[in-house]
Amino acid sequence: MQLRDWELDLLRVLQKDSRLTYEDLSKMLQVTKEEVEETVTRMEKDHILVRYNSVVDWSKVEGHEGVTAMIDVKVAPKRGVGFDEVAQRIYRYKEVKSVYLMSGAYDLSVTVEGRTMNEVANFVSDKLSTIDSVLSTTTHFQLKKYKHDGTIFGDYEEDKRIVVSP
Amino acid sequence: MTTKTSYVSKSVEKLKPSGIRKFFDLAAGMEGVISLGVGEPDFVTSWTVREAAILSLEQGYTSYTANAGLFDLRKRIADYMNSRYQLTYDPAHEIIVTVGASQALDISLRALVDQGDEVIIVEPGFVSYVPLVELAGGVAVTVKTKPENGFNLTAEELEAAITDKTKAVLLCSPNNPTGSVLEKDDLIELAEVIKRHDLAVLSDEIYSELAYDADHVSIASLEGMRDRTIVINGFSKGFAMTGWRLGYICAPVEIAQALLKIHQYAMMCASTPAQFAAIEALDKGMEDVTEMKRSYRHRRHYFVDSLNEIGLECHTPGGAFYAFPSIRKTGLSSEEFAEKLLLEEKVAVVPGNVFGKGGEGFIRCSYASSMEQLQEAVKRLKRFVENHSN
Repeated sequence: MQLRDWELDLLRVLQKDSRLTYEDLSKMLQVTKEEVEETVTRMEKDHILVRYNSVVDWSKVEGHEGVTAMIDVKVAPKRGVGFDEVAQRIYRYKEVKSVYLMSGAYDLSVTVEGRTMNEVANFVSDKLSTIDSVLSTTTHFQLKKYKHDGTIFGDYEEDKRIVVSP
Repeated sequence: MTTKTSYVSKSVEKLKPSGIRKFFDLAAGMEGVISLGVGEPDFVTSWTVREAAILSLEQGYTSYTANAGLFDLRKRIADYMNSRYQLTYDPAHEIIVTVGASQALDISLRALVDQGDEVIIVEPGFVSYVPLVELAGGVAVTVKTKPENGFNLTAEELEAAITDKTKAVLLCSPNNPTGSVLEKDDLIELAEVIKRHDLAVLSDEIYSELAYDADHVSIASLEGMRDRTIVINGFSKGFAMTGWRLGYICAPVEIAQALLKIHQYAMMCASTPAQFAAIEALDKGMEDVTEMKRSYRHRRHYFVDSLNEIGLECHTPGGAFYAFPSIRKTGLSSEEFAEKLLLEEKVAVVPGNVFGKGGEGFIRCSYASSMEQLQEAVKRLKRFVENHSN
């Protein structure tokens, strides 16, 4: 879909901060509040604006348990449907947070989240590996998150500028 | 034994301390201040640029560079000036890398001005212009610009300020503190007057990367202007590199070589790691500049519209990252406004009068702050204006 300059800007601004009000957005982009509202609604309907997310650093939350694994999956593609069918079978599981088709040593990159390492391991052995066209899996557990979705974790730098300057 | 009253030179004794200093001292000890008083980007220098400086240190580039700066950097500056502003300079003889645009201004004025020469300065204008002219032995002739002209100097105003002693005109576009931009048609009219009176031009273009509504035009690129113009620019504002202190001068060979004499005696050369960083900035940093500019543009609109809504009348600045609203409706002087605002609402702004008498009745607010900070600042300003409206 061809978007106008200000609509592209709207997406860029919302991607950084989805909490801005229509009124603030209208000032920032110099269009009316109604235009912003209409455009956001249209983009939601067209699934350009898919979801408004918060990035949470769960490591800071006491008592929160959770592990994330990135799994390299080799697949035998099927005639006519290629990798799409197997990808669909995988992404429907709620444990699966992302699925990408990759070039290189393996075919699908699957991110799985579970409460414990055991839970993830069971998912891989019981569900993922047993799918017909899955040839092999290699599971990598994440040990620490440094940067996620463009956000550096733990890097909360204060404004180092002096309060008044020329 | 006779005692001297002071060892300090008369020219320095006469200098007034910067009005900005006073507000810095006032705000420095306070907690929880939202600062709209900063004259610098709220972005940290791009990592690739910082990393290039680190690498240069690791590789042992810790010695002086050529007086005029690393030749590689000067070549890149020449390419940049050519592609961005259609100006051709010989990197060997017409470009000098300086310690910020501030030093570039200082040596340019010292190279141009003889005792008693007049230099025309636009008011409101950057705090150092008048003192630097005076330190060079010149006389600063200030021309007060009007908000209805977007604080731009008109050809008539310029013409009226010229005398037999006028040597040069100092222009700054986009302007600090007003954010006003001299567009091509304005510059053509000014250039006609300048050529007619055979004046030199000092063109401070440090905010050239931050022109939002029209492409920046350098007055040096107009017909008959290159050979009488000293273009001053640098990395501080556009590339978010204020602390690196790196600027440059582009000038016709005769002037550039005169400037180089002062630079080599006074400063030797700019810092070497900063010069390596600047090469990286020109090579790889332009995408970040575009991104930063886009973000400033959004914040400009949000902040200026909000100021107008709360009754602080403000023209839309075409460049830089300052809003310069009128505070006349409160009946307070700009200094009273800034001081009370800081003490009552903990918002730091710079009173307009520190930029010359032409700035009285206005305040300078930098919108180089996060949207959250700007939103909170607008709330506090609104409350303040309501409490102080007649």
